Amino acid sequence: MLKLEPRAAPSRLMSYLSPLLAVALTVIGGVILFSLLGKDPLAGLAVFFWEPIKNLRGWTEIGVKCTPLILCALGYAICYRSAVMTIGAEGMLLAGAIAGGGMALILDHGTGGGVFAIAAVVIAGMVGGMLWASITALLRDRFNTSEILVSLMLVYVAELLLSYLVSGPWRDPQGFNFPQSRLFSSGFLLPAIVPNTRLNLGFVFAIVATLVAWIFMSKSFAGFRLQVGGMAPLAARYAGFSQRRALWTALMISGATAGLAGVIETIGTVGQLTPNMSPGYGFAAIIVAYVGRLHPIGILFSSFIMALFYIGGELAQSRLGLPNAITGVFQGMLLFFLLGADVLIANRLRWRS
Amino acid sequence: MNTRLTLSNISKRYPAVLANDSVHLTVQPGEIHAVLGENGAGKSTLMKIIYGAVKPDAGEVIWNGQPVQIASPAAARQLGIAMVFQHFSLFDTLTVAENIALGLPSDTRLDHLATRIIATAEQYGLALEPQRHVHTLSVGERQRVEIVRALLTNPQLLILDEPTSVLTPQAVEKLFDTLRLLSAQGCSILYISHKLDEIRALCHTCTVMRAGRVTGVCDPRQETAASLSRMMIGGDLPVLKAGSGTAGPVLFAARALSLAKSHPFATQLRDISFELHAGEILGIAGISGNGQQELLAALSGEDTRIADSAVLLDGVAVGHQNAAQRRASGLAFVPEERLGRGAVPDMSLADNILLSHQDSSTIRRGLIRSGAIRQIAAAIIARFNVKAGGPHSLARSLSGGNLQKFIVGREIMSNPRVLVVAQPTWGVDVGAAAQIRAELIALRDAGCAVLVISEELDELFEISDRLMVIAKGCMSPPLQTAQATVDQIGLWMSGMWEHGPGTADSGTHTTKAADPKAVHA
Repeated sequence: MLKLEPRAAPSRLMSYLSPLLAVALTVIGGVILFSLLGKDPLAGLAVFFWEPIKNLRGWTEIGVKCTPLILCALGYAICYRSAVMTIGAEGMLLAGAIAGGGMALILDHGTGGGVFAIAAVVIAGMVGGMLWASITALLRDRFNTSEILVSLMLVYVAELLLSYLVSGPWRDPQGFNFPQSRLFSSGFLLPAIVPNTRLNLGFVFAIVATLVAWIFMSKSFAGFRLQVGGMAPLAARYAGFSQRRALWTALMISGATAGLAGVIETIGTVGQLTPNMSPGYGFAAIIVAYVGRLHPIGILFSSFIMALFYIGGELAQSRLGLPNAITGVFQGMLLFFLLGADVLIANRLRWRS
Repeated sequence: MNTRLTLSNISKRYPAVLANDSVHLTVQPGEIHAVLGENGAGKSTLMKIIYGAVKPDAGEVIWNGQPVQIASPAAARQLGIAMVFQHFSLFDTLTVAENIALGLPSDTRLDHLATRIIATAEQYGLALEPQRHVHTLSVGERQRVEIVRALLTNPQLLILDEPTSVLTPQAVEKLFDTLRLLSAQGCSILYISHKLDEIRALCHTCTVMRAGRVTGVCDPRQETAASLSRMMIGGDLPVLKAGSGTAGPVLFAARALSLAKSHPFATQLRDISFELHAGEILGIAGISGNGQQELLAALSGEDTRIADSAVLLDGVAVGHQNAAQRRASGLAFVPEERLGRGAVPDMSLADNILLSHQDSSTIRRGLIRSGAIRQIAAAIIARFNVKAGGPHSLARSLSGGNLQKFIVGREIMSNPRVLVVAQPTWGVDVGAAAQIRAELIALRDAGCAVLVISEELDELFEISDRLMVIAKGCMSPPLQTAQATVDQIGLWMSGMWEHGPGTADSGTHTTKAADPKAVHA
């Protein structure tokens, strides 16, 4: 019988290499998959791993998709490491879009804008995300409700609220009755960092947030306190770390990053409020966080892979005539191989008679 | 005549350690056979092999003259091997009979079973009421349930793993009577322990193990405690010096500390008061489950539901302060659970330093000084002889005894003015236990106030200057250790001091208190 036996000292090197190993195994899995489907494996792989990155425009689109994925996944990683199991970054993202977009609509009268106006809009977006997260935190703190359910249900509340606003009070009078706000004027938009593409300053925010989160989790005492609470609640109490404070800290960070993602979509990528501000970034980021193994740098890599799969999946429909579900298959394979590699890093397979 | 059990050349290797190395063991019918060894000597692995829970890599097991392969605990029970584990596996909310029925075929009728339980229990002098719920039983009674459960299978070999660690001295005597009766009827007993006096009083033969190997087989009745411990640890124990006896001012005190239960099976604390002086060790004896955990949580700051003035640190009321705030005022604390409370299992030893060392030497501007915590961890490893790969080793990779040395070391290295220690040497090998006790005494001599809560009476008598006893959530008056006797403390452990909760005039009416037998097991 095969049995898993814990290794005395799991290899550090392998734990860094395992995402690469998982990507390699996913490529092999892809080759097998395309062969079974009767497609040319090389052409299939090219759609996923070459077409999206073969020119600058492709790279910028990946950056655009990575930005909200990274920001939401960072919040998730900090929450999960603190054992706060929220799944509602999508709602916080939309709340950030609403608050930031609302601030932009108040300030924007067709002219003006600039650094301070944009800063006000961005801060409003982050505060919006934090307020949304605070509902989950408050209910958990006061009434011990499940943060998983509350945060999930608040996603639908946020979706409906956004839908109401853009089809009611905030609808663009000149918008032919489409449910969307007016376009923000250029002084209120995040500047593009590559000219004539959609890649904007938001991507820089995401990279900076990654570095800050990395330092927070690996070097700061506040991050240490959160992680002790997540790994061993009794040890946290023994050390005098407050569980309530950990809950609020983790959710406020998560709300701020998701809210930032929302406001970046609003005044960076889209330029107005629409009912579909996010194609599920807040949910996809759960996978990104886990594939990046709740580590900020890991999340950089996994968001890149996830963005590749999104763009590749769209291309595969037109180039290969494959259904969009192919994206999910690739995501699933990646997750499977990565988790498998992690299990084998911590354990060894032994044959027992 | 065949032997009951013969093991020859048993070897078992785990990834990091050779747990059993060509072990031989012979048990005769009706023999009470001790297996003596430090923690990590391989006793538990050997017992698990006999009980079918672990398969040996090499070697032969001969049962009543026949070579056998014991594939599982069920197969072991089929052969007539029963085991009573150190940690009980009973459901609190079920009755005694229901608990025992769980291990039997599903068509067992509870009323028939109750009759069998009473019959078996009476036969061996183990008073037991089948209808009582387990949560109302004392620890001694729970152990009886486990023993009766084992005896119902009519075993030819009964394995007992550290059975006396939870019993009063009086209860230990009763257990020994039962075991002697069993032995006289031909049932062999394997008795695992590290308590030398008990082995000398009870056992016919003793197999001593060290580092996975058998280092001697002897008749313990012919040996001295010193000669046995030499075989066990391969050297002599350090001798502790007697207390200096000069106590200073009161540094730590409880004043009428009361605490309601936090869950149904907790113990309510009632009106506990004591004073702890600089330069003294105050020992608190008691059987587990009499309020030690609750008291420790209240003293350490993990449970702050008490009145603010119920705990005084240096004369300042700290009852509402959390553990970190009390630590900043010079309190250090060693909890009884190491993994998950005293240390985070999946963090390195260096990171675990931060659970108690939280000051400018380890944290600067909110950032962790990783060099500093590594240095502290390395210093503890060196000074306390912790067997670990280094400061980067995960806490869970250490054996229980080594982790305990690390945690005690960590608390001592924080230069506390008051140290509260729970079960300082629980599960620690004899050599390390002696070292930990010596460190506690050195700390006391340096002027620290030390409070030790322990279930090991020998240990408390050895290191304490004064003794108190906790029973049913109440605290006895203090006694000078020099004037205390084991018998008196044993009686007090049942709450039977003047006006104590075990006496008729105490006026307490909890389930446990209503039945003095419950604890005086």
